[in-house]
Amino acid sequence: MSEHKTTAADQKTTAAEEKADEAAIRVEGLHKSFGELEVLKGIDFTVRPGEVVCVIGPSGSGKSTLLRCVNLLEEPTAGTVALSGTELTDPDVDIDRVRRRIGMVFQSFNLFPHLSVLDNLTIAQRRVLGRTKDEARRIGRANLRRVGVSEKESAYPAQLSGGQQQRVAIARALSMEPELMLFDEPTSALDPELVGDVLAVMRRLADEGMTMMVVTHEMSFAREVADRVVFMDGGVIVEEGPPTRVIGDPQHQRTRTFLSRVLDPAAASVTEAGTEAEAEAEAETGAAATEGDALRG
Amino acid sequence: MSMSRRQRTRAVRGVQYGVLALVVAAVAFGANWGEIRRAFFDLDVAQAQFPDIITTALVNTVVYTLLGFGFGLALGLILALMRLSSVPPYRWLATAYIEFFRGVPALLVFIALGFGVPIAFQVVINQYVTVMLALGLVGAAYMAETIRAGIQAVPKGQVEAARSLGMSQGRAMRSIVIPQAFRIVLPPLTNELILLTKDSSLVYLLGLSLGQYELAKFGRDALNENRSLTPILVAGLCYLIITLPLGHLVRRLEARTAKAR
Repeated sequence: MSEHKTTAADQKTTAAEEKADEAAIRVEGLHKSFGELEVLKGIDFTVRPGEVVCVIGPSGSGKSTLLRCVNLLEEPTAGTVALSGTELTDPDVDIDRVRRRIGMVFQSFNLFPHLSVLDNLTIAQRRVLGRTKDEARRIGRANLRRVGVSEKESAYPAQLSGGQQQRVAIARALSMEPELMLFDEPTSALDPELVGDVLAVMRRLADEGMTMMVVTHEMSFAREVADRVVFMDGGVIVEEGPPTRVIGDPQHQRTRTFLSRVLDPAAASVTEAGTEAEAEAEAETGAAATEGDALRG
Repeated sequence: MSMSRRQRTRAVRGVQYGVLALVVAAVAFGANWGEIRRAFFDLDVAQAQFPDIITTALVNTVVYTLLGFGFGLALGLILALMRLSSVPPYRWLATAYIEFFRGVPALLVFIALGFGVPIAFQVVINQYVTVMLALGLVGAAYMAETIRAGIQAVPKGQVEAARSLGMSQGRAMRSIVIPQAFRIVLPPLTNELILLTKDSSLVYLLGLSLGQYELAKFGRDALNENRSLTPILVAGLCYLIITLPLGHLVRRLEARTAKAR
């Protein structure tokens, strides 16, 4: 994967080189605390090249933090993160060089509002990769076509719909030609009718063989597109496996409870006879458990 | 006696207009209009101010202001970045600077630079440099706080997006954060430009040659010459030529910012 990119970081540890081909991401013993609050309590997992992994779980379970630890937007408190054998958590690694190999898409798009759509796509290509203006524009335009917003290249982000903004954000990340894409709840901030376009783009990306790690609440997307689903709760991975098992036939009570809420939120709040907030807080009450069983049966 | 709400409103408004009419009448009949016209609106004196008040005084005021603003903006940006630095001594230095120059009168800074420095160090400083430094040093303290607030107002997600594309901290600051911060602080910075325009009148302290006169000094000299307040009024109107459009610009920029949110 990395033989044509001879960065200093790549040549880091010879021992890790052997892992390079087997895992796109390897996370080992990952802990993350914000002050007193421990958000990740020891996470181990890998993503293989070309694999699409969906991370699901209730809010506050640490799934976004995990994703942000993979490109070190959050500094892990303990543990290691390795990208194709390059250990990112090694203090001697130039993290800026590694990050350009990892695309990231945010819940709130985070397009640069002072730049046109095309400039959003070219600025990092030019400033980080040192591409010429023409080359950056050519690559940028190709990626805009890929996500279906070519006609908006000279518009500003504020003039686009949320769905278009998110697709531009995906094109921006793709323009850096990353080995791996991270998606942090990419459709959670969108109006329901705009979700489909973004998911379609992601689905195509997955079909093209992109390695993807997706934090999402879109269960149908996870079921249809993911090679593997990871269910997190309370800062640990509770369950992982193919979607047919984790979503179709979950083994753990906590997974069943969560899925029953996500797949049929109306029923969940009716049975609990409480507000949604309460329902969320009491994730492990008996009432919720019965529901989970009911759904399964 | 009870009044309906409409009657009460009408009565209150009637009283307000009544008071206004009384004051206007008192001024109209009580003031010595002949004296006032001689003092403020002497057309001959007013005409004598032109064209020099525009070609020399107004131009110099603009030049002094822009010199001070340019230097102050650059220094203010450096101070703002120091205030946000992760190296504590930079933060302390910037805070000390800002507190000092916001706390002392601009007049003192002009005296210190115009007379203090040349005497103490036995150097001759170019007049324009002195003006630039004095106005800029004071302006920078205010602008630094404005720019810092602007930088902090740029959403955190912008830096995260920039970093996730592989930009270094400095590159993200230069290409992403600072351009957005300046958009946010454009209205308050324009206000600062208005304040500096007026502070440029302190230049008179430095002892100017005729060609260096700015509006306030120009008006004051003409006042002594003509024993009429007219030149002061004309000079004041000339300041408005600069400040009113700027004020209008601030309101438009603020409206644009409000719409963009």
